[in-house]
Amino acid sequence: MTARSDRRTTSRGQLTRRELLAGTAGAIGAAAVAPVAGQQAIETTRRPGRGPSEIDQRSSFVTPRRDPSATSSRTPLQDLRGTITPADLHFERHHGGVPEIDPARYELVIHGLVERPRVFSLADLKRFPSTSRICFLECSGNLRRGGPETLPQMVCGLTSQTEWTGVMLSTLFDEVGASPNATWFLAEGQDAAVLTRSIPMEKAFDDAMIVYAQNGDALMPGNGYPARLLLPGFEGNSSVKWLRRIELADRPFMTREETSKYTDPLGDGNTMRQFSFVMDARSIITDPAYPRVIEPGWHEIRGLAWSGRGRITRVDISTDGGASWHAADLQAPVLPKAHVRFRYLWNWTGGPGEIMSRATDETGYVQPTWDALREARGPRTRYHQNPITSWTVGDDGRVLFGAERVQS
Amino acid sequence: MIGTGAGVRGRAVTAATIAIAVLGLSVAGGRLSAAAGQQRASSGPLPETFGFGRPATPAAIAELDIDVMPDGTGLPPGSGTAADGAQTWGRACRGCHGPEGEGGTAAPVVGRDPSGRPLTVGNLWPYATTLYDYINRAMPRPTPGMLTPDQVYSLVAWILAKNEIIAEDAVMNAETLPAVVMPARDRFVPDDRRGGPEVR
Ligand code: HEC
Repeated sequence: MTARSDRRTTSRGQLTRRELLAGTAGAIGAAAVAPVAGQQAIETTRRPGRGPSEIDQRSSFVTPRRDPSATSSRTPLQDLRGTITPADLHFERHHGGVPEIDPARYELVIHGLVERPRVFSLADLKRFPSTSRICFLECSGNLRRGGPETLPQMVCGLTSQTEWTGVMLSTLFDEVGASPNATWFLAEGQDAAVLTRSIPMEKAFDDAMIVYAQNGDALMPGNGYPARLLLPGFEGNSSVKWLRRIELADRPFMTREETSKYTDPLGDGNTMRQFSFVMDARSIITDPAYPRVIEPGWHEIRGLAWSGRGRITRVDISTDGGASWHAADLQAPVLPKAHVRFRYLWNWTGGPGEIMSRATDETGYVQPTWDALREARGPRTRYHQNPITSWTVGDDGRVLFGAERVQS
Repeated sequence: MIGTGAGVRGRAVTAATIAIAVLGLSVAGGRLSAAAGQQRASSGPLPETFGFGRPATPAAIAELDIDVMPDGTGLPPGSGTAADGAQTWGRACRGCHGPEGEGGTAAPVVGRDPSGRPLTVGNLWPYATTLYDYINRAMPRPTPGMLTPDQVYSLVAWILAKNEIIAEDAVMNAETLPAVVMPARDRFVPDDRRGGPEVR
């Protein structure tokens, strides 16, 4: 109150040297030379801040970072509070680096089993009726790296969520006159891997899109600028980025990315599961998580849950290592094939604990334990892993990554 | 690459589609703003085609259409043997994949261990044509897309011979390559997960 009235009597930002010197000897100066807790709320009022700028930047105190490896970078899930991933923190995975593409020279060719093969410029794509959709993307190789001292980012940071805008692929397929004989289409990128995937035509007439905007802005280069395929709920690799060509056919193309990679060995030691597009339900507690040290008392357990098959219908939380489960609150709106926030209030009384989340989707699928996954697929399962994971809380409040090898 | 011959029909415009279109028109009529007649309501019926873009000429398609299918569709003229391939391998591939196709910094391409470790061309790849397609589009990693068809055929022959899938002197070309039966030809089953309570 005193400081506030001091400020009123001071010509803010226009103090002369004499006034400053005079002030130093007086009450204002005394406050300024002996800062106390809470003083910042006053300090920032004593000089004008920066003016308007062309592009904003995060506060210098806020430094979320993706975690890059040679082939991917992971979203810092522990630093985010909502469901939309800022475009510059969206995960990346690519097989030939990020190409630099001049939008003025960008073209998409659609041909094969069509009546009218056509070339579309970026401007052409933007002229078609547009749609926006919020959905997650997840790499099917979204596996954990690291031991107990592992951030949520390193547990499963190869998933992010975006409001994408573009044209429905069905609109383009109607435009080119897709043949009823076409059962698959090839999507090809113009990166140095010229990455290709075969996609069933049903997906094209269900919810596939070609998108050119990410959270309302142009796509980020690492996410396919200027245009990419978007297959909601499907493994990220199939949403081919930097899309240059689509070819319709009456059979799959059997590309390297759908034979040598992204296929799952099954329990018999011989069979490989192929074209496993849909990402099954999964969840992760993003807070409290490593590296936090918590104090006894109330904590809101927070995290994300998602399913490539539709809506999440419930998320259960265990605070006793899976012995008992309690329904978490889901943040509306719960969208299909989208990250949803869950929250659960927990009073930690101080003993050792283990917190876990388990997602259920609208098909009745329940996120499995690691044991259940291995039981179903054998010990060598490599992609599409979605096990329940846990965080342990020590006597000292230290939160560490628990295990995936939780008992069924 | 797929033939674009006869028998390709557009999505049949059935009587039902037309009926919906007509119905849509009348509904949309009710939604039009004061500028009625000038601008379509965005939720109105779609035109048969928008006419955006331009026709893709066969030449323009051919320039990009590099994919090769299991039956050999898309394979170019040319040929090569393992002996030819050894030269190119030594120059362009061994640095990353190792002198004998394994033990380098990049994925091994040789290995027949039936237990499937490591997963390689020899025990995992179901079609030899995929090898042509992939090397042609993505390798060698620092300068992809620069190999001639003869070079790619010969590298494919070298890798297949190293895996003891074809004879040392076998000639790989558009006829012989699709006929190669890979050890992993029948390992693949379609995804059978479909939601619901069962974990698969
Ligand atoms: C600079 C290192 C490098 C060079 C040189 C290189 N490769 Fe590769 N190769 C890689 C990497 C890395 C991958 C994996 C790429 C990926 O997964 O996206 C790979 C993957 C492959 C694969 C697929 C392996 C699998 O199991 O899926 C084949 C086949 C291959 N390379 C062949 C070749 C041939 C033939 C050459 C020479 C013309 C070559 N490579 C040169 C680094 C290299």
